[in-house]
Amino acid sequence: MILLWLIAILMIGGIAAWAAAKWNVMLARWIALIATLINFVLVIMLWVQHSGGLTLGANAPWLLDFRWNWIPSFGISFHMALDGMSLLLILLTSFIGVLSVLTSWTEIEYRAGFFHFNLLWILAGITGVFLSLDLFMFYFFWEVMLIPMYFLIGIWGHENRIYASFKFFIFTQASSLFMFVAILALYFIHGKNTGVYTFDYLQLLGTVFTPKAEMWLMFGFLIAFVVKLPIVPLHNWLPDAHTEAPTAGSVVLAALLLKTGAYGILRFVIPLFPHAVRDFQIPGMILGAIGIIYGAILAFAQTDFKRLVAYTSVNHMGFVMLGAFALNELALQGVVMQMLCHGISTGALFILVGALYERIHTRDLNKMGGFWDEIPRMGAVGLVFALASLGLPGLGNFIAEFLTLTGAFMANNWITAIATLGLVASTIYSLRIMARVFYGRKPKVEKHIPDFNVREMIIMGALILSIIWLGIFPHPVLDTSRPAINNIIRTAAAKGSVSQLEKPGTLLPDKAGQVQFAGKNEKGGAR
Amino acid sequence: MLELLWIVPALPFLGFLILALIGSRMPGKTAAAIGVASIGLSALLTVFIGINFISSPPAGRVYIQTLWEWFNVAGLNPGIALRLDAVSLTFIFVITFVGFLIHLYSVEYMEGEEGYSRFFAYMNLFVGSMLMLVLGDNLVLLYLGWEGVGLCSYLLIGFWYKDPANGYAARKAFIVTRVGDTAMAIGLFILFTELGSLNIGRLLEVAPLNWPVGSSMPVLAAALLLGGAVGKSAQLPLQTWLPDAMAGPTPVSALIHAATMVTAGVYLIARMHVIFTLAPVVLTIVGVIGALTLLLAGFSALTQHDIKRVLAYSTISQIGYMFLALGVGAWSAAVFHFMIHAFFKALLFLGAGVVILALHHEQNMFKMGGVRKMIPVTFWTFLIGSASLAALPLVTGGFYSKDLILFYAFDGERANRWLYAAGLLGALITALYTTRMVLLTFFGEAKTHLHHKPTWIMEMPLVVLAVLSTFGGFVELPHTLGHLTLFSDFMQTILPGNQVAEGGISTELILQLTAAVTAILGIFIAYMLYYKNPERVTALRRSAFGSRLHAFWKKGWGFDWLYDTLFVNPIVWIAEVNKSDFIDLIYTFIAWVNRMFNRAFSFTQSGRLRWYAMGIALGAIITLTIAVFL
Repeated sequence: MILLWLIAILMIGGIAAWAAAKWNVMLARWIALIATLINFVLVIMLWVQHSGGLTLGANAPWLLDFRWNWIPSFGISFHMALDGMSLLLILLTSFIGVLSVLTSWTEIEYRAGFFHFNLLWILAGITGVFLSLDLFMFYFFWEVMLIPMYFLIGIWGHENRIYASFKFFIFTQASSLFMFVAILALYFIHGKNTGVYTFDYLQLLGTVFTPKAEMWLMFGFLIAFVVKLPIVPLHNWLPDAHTEAPTAGSVVLAALLLKTGAYGILRFVIPLFPHAVRDFQIPGMILGAIGIIYGAILAFAQTDFKRLVAYTSVNHMGFVMLGAFALNELALQGVVMQMLCHGISTGALFILVGALYERIHTRDLNKMGGFWDEIPRMGAVGLVFALASLGLPGLGNFIAEFLTLTGAFMANNWITAIATLGLVASTIYSLRIMARVFYGRKPKVEKHIPDFNVREMIIMGALILSIIWLGIFPHPVLDTSRPAINNIIRTAAAKGSVSQLEKPGTLLPDKAGQVQFAGKNEKGGAR
Repeated sequence: MLELLWIVPALPFLGFLILALIGSRMPGKTAAAIGVASIGLSALLTVFIGINFISSPPAGRVYIQTLWEWFNVAGLNPGIALRLDAVSLTFIFVITFVGFLIHLYSVEYMEGEEGYSRFFAYMNLFVGSMLMLVLGDNLVLLYLGWEGVGLCSYLLIGFWYKDPANGYAARKAFIVTRVGDTAMAIGLFILFTELGSLNIGRLLEVAPLNWPVGSSMPVLAAALLLGGAVGKSAQLPLQTWLPDAMAGPTPVSALIHAATMVTAGVYLIARMHVIFTLAPVVLTIVGVIGALTLLLAGFSALTQHDIKRVLAYSTISQIGYMFLALGVGAWSAAVFHFMIHAFFKALLFLGAGVVILALHHEQNMFKMGGVRKMIPVTFWTFLIGSASLAALPLVTGGFYSKDLILFYAFDGERANRWLYAAGLLGALITALYTTRMVLLTFFGEAKTHLHHKPTWIMEMPLVVLAVLSTFGGFVELPHTLGHLTLFSDFMQTILPGNQVAEGGISTELILQLTAAVTAILGIFIAYMLYYKNPERVTALRRSAFGSRLHAFWKKGWGFDWLYDTLFVNPIVWIAEVNKSDFIDLIYTFIAWVNRMFNRAFSFTQSGRLRWYAMGIALGAIITLTIAVFL
């Protein structure tokens, strides 16, 4: 029931903020802030409450399960459940939710009530996506987060916002239609096989396909998810949408919306279609590696600060694709870490860009430089997150990338070796941020730029503390997601041959032998 | 006592934290005091721990302190754990002690600079990271330190950030070393995939059980680790960043780019010696890289005008000696040379810093000269350091450490006459450029007046380092001269020894005499060339061939040009050309096609009856034609 509240609070908060703005804009902001804060506190409480049960729940990873038969005749139910992975993702959602309200505090003045309505409904949609275990519901929420985002970009965006919002809408809508067809096909195949027509995820997991059908259905789902992720060559909506969106929109897009794609691959694609996924492993990993390298090169070339940061997402989400298709615990845990850390680090960079834009009214790197002495706090924050995005050990992104790459290396060493070159590439564009914005010569005409104020330092302080915490003490997070990840691997393996059942730690039978040496220190590990 | 080990790296990190958070708001003196005190206390503690460790060694000569488990996923469970043994003890002693002296020196050197507290914050972070690098008990933690020192190197080279050239040098250093780091990361993946652990102790234990000598896996793993080592230690082919790194403040060059960070590669190879022993091919390559680097850098040092660049090339060259030592399996000799080198090279950099400051930030040696009387303490200590670098026989530490390497290269179990010859030639060149540097800087007539006279804060570190670089060598004396093996005995609790071929004392004596004569000869030639009749050198440099060679050496054998042409320019070109992402064209094209159709169809919706009538007629004809003919 609490899961339902998480969504309801945001939706009600959104409506209330819209209504309140008629009287007082500040009231609308406060309502939005309080709604997101309540959500954040609730999720924290959930986490604390279940942190004890997590280690026990290795076989039944669902911590909470809520089901209400909505339209029984079509097998549609209101089914929401929470496992470690979705817990972490709604934690991220509620955290970023609070910060995105805070970051819009002075930026948004035009129709602020409607803005907050849209913002909170996006968050509600995203929360719904992370919690739904009924494919009909899932698709519903998938659309709920899309439309307000379209408004957010189209109304409050920058110069080229109409173009960007159309592009965003067409890309995501077109791709999610593929998923819609695949969901229906899945529904009918399962119905035909068993006589039970249902959209329920847990029941659909047992569906048996012909190999060809499995492949087609997997592509149907995958295409929707990789467009969101995004993966080269389906990434072109991202730089435009991210660049043109208002700060909160960019933050939510980068930190949360992209994660729904990653989540979809982990939650649906791998467990539902394990054979097809295994057949697609090499192409999938290659796509990941291409994303890593290509995204980094594009990021390096940009002269628009915001567009540069946008392309870093292409680079970082390549790791998610690479890790997801590596199909072993190391890589999948790395993917979960990457989702959280990228959410934090890129969110922070977008907030930084937005704050800078508010002050100097440009995103052009050629008009920046030498800002360190004037705005040292912004410089230090920029440095921390530039370092996070190049994967400096001690910050969370390193753990994510290291785990992903190690796991991916076990699955395929050549592709991973090439993907590892992305570490050099990400260094080049990250250092470029520092060089072009904070170091070097100052442009001639420049009035005084105020440094971060208290509100902004609170936002950044929270983000910096979390990224460092994830970097040096990621245990709580990894422990939370472990049962969920192992469950995904086990579900996928159970559909495969018996030999894979014996080695739940990995889906790759020929590589499983290597884990023998780890036997001595495996107590917290896979088995 | 040993359980206090964690405080040694914790203090610098604490210092960094305080300075980073509130450093800019405190007076400069307080900031400096915090920066120096954190390292000073750390050094003091290291001395106590060292005494304790040596007097009552722990079981197995290794002490491991686990602080917490970093992460644990599917058998990959590195801890935040510290490993203290003979090798890491030597390193942390040098890091904290030399680090402390350089911090103290910086109090005066950096006085009045903008970002005074920022400087000490970065320096403290560096020391903390470097300590993690050498104390890390697993390769992931080592990698943390490894990247951390790389970061600090970047931040400190670019400390004077307003000059874009400094920023360029800083980025170059970070990116070039990151190329090596990436190789190293892949090496870690192989080690974990094949051996199931990244714990150093465990790797050294299980590697020989799983891998036969010379099989492909250890060769691959060792080669990739070597990639990391050559990047960090500025060896061929990734040496290009170090000369440019001299853009940083001089204390930074002394600490990071001479004494500590650049020797991390030596540490890594010594630490993973088992893997390298399993891959003899790679070990030979290590030696060859060392030999080539020491020669190439030596020749380049000979042609530099900037005193710091001479020292930078000299550092590359001296680390080449350490690699050579590793390549011939003289593990403890490599660590020994690291220690002595850290003393005398830090001394030389600090001395050069005094000169540079005294002459108002003048770094060109040809504009110096004659300063020996103005700053006598600096002159004498610099002379001692130079003597050690040139390996002046008997009285300098550098002689004993370099002699040991040459000895093993000639007579050790992996002896190689070519490597020996390279080392010997290198010794001659070293003596040559060292003497040239001293003569140009301190002798001759004074060309400028004194701008800044150093106080005891800057001179005290010089004196201490001069003492260390002389007497530090006496902990290890060859058979012919007292035969003291304190250092190698200590090292061999961890590192394997090196059996010397039969040959006895006489061979050793001959080798020593050769080395001694070489060094003195080098000094003599330099004296003749650069002091007695410098016109001969000038003539040589003016000749057609000479000038071209001079330019070639001065630019570091054209490596920068090569890499720019091969990698940098093509990548930048591709990036620039593809700035607006050619894939976007596909979608723009799809959109364009749609719009064309839209225009075509809306064109037919003209509202004119004639058009519609014609359309109907045309359609009817086409339909009829199809119906009739098909």
